[in-house]
Amino acid sequence: MEAVQDKIETVPARKIKASSRQVRMESVFRQTLVIIALLVVILVFGIMLTLIVESVPSFRALGIKYLWGRTWDPVNNLYGAYPFLLGTLLTSFLALIISIPFSFAVAVYLGEYNTKGWFSTSLRNIVDLIAAVPSVIYGFWGLLVLVPIVRNFEIKMGILPYGIGIFTASLVLAIMIIPYAAALGREMIRLVPSSLKEGAYSLGATRWEVIRSVILPYTKSGLFAGILLSLGRALGETMAVTMVIGNTSMLPHSIFAPGNTMASVIANEFTEADHTVYLSALIELGLVLFLVTVIINMVGKRIIKRFTNE
Amino acid sequence: MIQITKNLRNHLLTFSALGLFGAIFSQASAQDEKTLLGAGSTFINPLFSKMFAEYNTKTGIQVNYQSIGSGGGILQLTNKTVDFGASDAPLNDEQTTKIGAPVLHIPMASGAVVLTYNLPGVTASLKLTPDVIADIFLGKITKWDDKRISSLNAGVTVPSFPILIVHRSDGSGTTNIFTNYLAKVSPEWGTKVGSGTAVNWPTGLGGKGSEGVSGLVKQTPGAVGYVELIYALQNKMLFAQVKNLKGKYIVPSLASVSAASNIKLPDDAKVFFTNSDAADGYPISGFTWVIIYKEQNYGGRSAKKAQNLLQLLWWNIHDGQQYATPLNYSPLSKGALGVAEKILRSATYGGKPILK
Repeated sequence: MEAVQDKIETVPARKIKASSRQVRMESVFRQTLVIIALLVVILVFGIMLTLIVESVPSFRALGIKYLWGRTWDPVNNLYGAYPFLLGTLLTSFLALIISIPFSFAVAVYLGEYNTKGWFSTSLRNIVDLIAAVPSVIYGFWGLLVLVPIVRNFEIKMGILPYGIGIFTASLVLAIMIIPYAAALGREMIRLVPSSLKEGAYSLGATRWEVIRSVILPYTKSGLFAGILLSLGRALGETMAVTMVIGNTSMLPHSIFAPGNTMASVIANEFTEADHTVYLSALIELGLVLFLVTVIINMVGKRIIKRFTNE
Repeated sequence: MIQITKNLRNHLLTFSALGLFGAIFSQASAQDEKTLLGAGSTFINPLFSKMFAEYNTKTGIQVNYQSIGSGGGILQLTNKTVDFGASDAPLNDEQTTKIGAPVLHIPMASGAVVLTYNLPGVTASLKLTPDVIADIFLGKITKWDDKRISSLNAGVTVPSFPILIVHRSDGSGTTNIFTNYLAKVSPEWGTKVGSGTAVNWPTGLGGKGSEGVSGLVKQTPGAVGYVELIYALQNKMLFAQVKNLKGKYIVPSLASVSAASNIKLPDDAKVFFTNSDAADGYPISGFTWVIIYKEQNYGGRSAKKAQNLLQLLWWNIHDGQQYATPLNYSPLSKGALGVAEKILRSATYGGKPILK
């Protein structure tokens, strides 16, 4: 009896020891995850705080006027972000409008029509590759290939033939952002339950009708999220844009005119900004870009929520 | 997904923040007396790389030079993270206040800015006068066949293209020298635009870097832009002759740029010698300086280290100059060398001159 008692006690003791180690491991692992996640949050707030603190000299000197000021004059320490704010929004949204038909077409084709096989795989890989090419290469390609084409087009249209400008920048951006919406859209479309599609087919729906009345309604929040992702990419793109946009601080008077974006101005002028207010004005430009992104994301989230609630 | 967008955005923004922190926190770790740290001008970097490599084999002194831009170099010197800064422009008033101690500007070599253009059918070097250049960049002369241009270039058929200005979009010493020249020769430019590493251009497009400017000029018939002489020589570009203060048309070359600085310079050499009155000097030229603290006993530096630094700079302006011409830099003129020697001799350690 005693021996049995002994056995009963020793076995659980060892097990308890083992499982307490497991529990400890478990909690250490969880804490590590929490710490790493918190670090990311701290980093984001740290960046925002840095931007705000470093913007103070510029804000003191220029006030809220900075946002709609139209002159960017480093010699006289007069800075207005309006032309660049406008340039950023114009190029990004124009690029988005140009890219949507392409990314949706790719998404529908790969998600619904041709999901398997060598052609599908290679198309998918090539579209993904678009996102992997460094942006400076798009810039070079834009400058050497696209600019002369746009210039010829402008000559035919009877516009001042700069070749570079907001329109060219939007074209380059449009190509760069196709894969983001396309990849997300493709995955979303593939997630549509086949019972829904088969139901529609069995009711006599054509393929087009299935896409329009089953797939698109089912996936619209996902497709919209893909668009937002593309837009985010377009808003912050620097190198490719700066090479083809013309980099002038004058207010663009048409989409063919040269302009500039906030990210491009920061990249261009940061290294040689030799006054406190100048440097600070550039950082404030970063803050404005940050806020624009936050606002667009918040609005986008609201829209997605409305879509999914329907 | 939205979260990912947000994070992507933030990463991009971090770049700008990191740039700033990089400059502040990249402390000089090596306190080794045989290692000297420098930062600044990208323009002088190829020459410095060559000079410092030669100096290393000769003396064993290691010089670590980071070409982060003139403004960054001055900032690092202000934070005392480097032993010397290199700049294409002298310290401005704000930088002088911030650095808080007397500094020396030692000229190292000269550079020049040339006007390059794309005019189909024109292979000759155009002649331009200061007022014509200023009015072109002010947007007042808008056609290449304007009387004011064609009258200077008898015998050259200048086609009737609209003029498209191409300037640097990034802040740069090249822009500083060029706008400094324009402000000197045109009062209107001085009051309307002014001079600096980046200005509010009245007209035209911006290209990023010399390659951005020359790329746009090469592509666009009727375009005119400005690049460093070095860049134009290396890429065999066509550039204009400019009339100097003495009324001579000068072809920009290493010799004419050196000649431009052979004038009566102020004792601190802290001057843009654009629009120089040297008879054979090309007027759009400027120095690149090395900037050091006049009093070298700071931040626990040893006397030996200060001496190593001064000897390096002394070698730079003497033996080191032989590497300038092969790399398309204009060596210091005789006049500039004399001034530079005097400035180096004025550097002190604990109040005593370092160079004997």
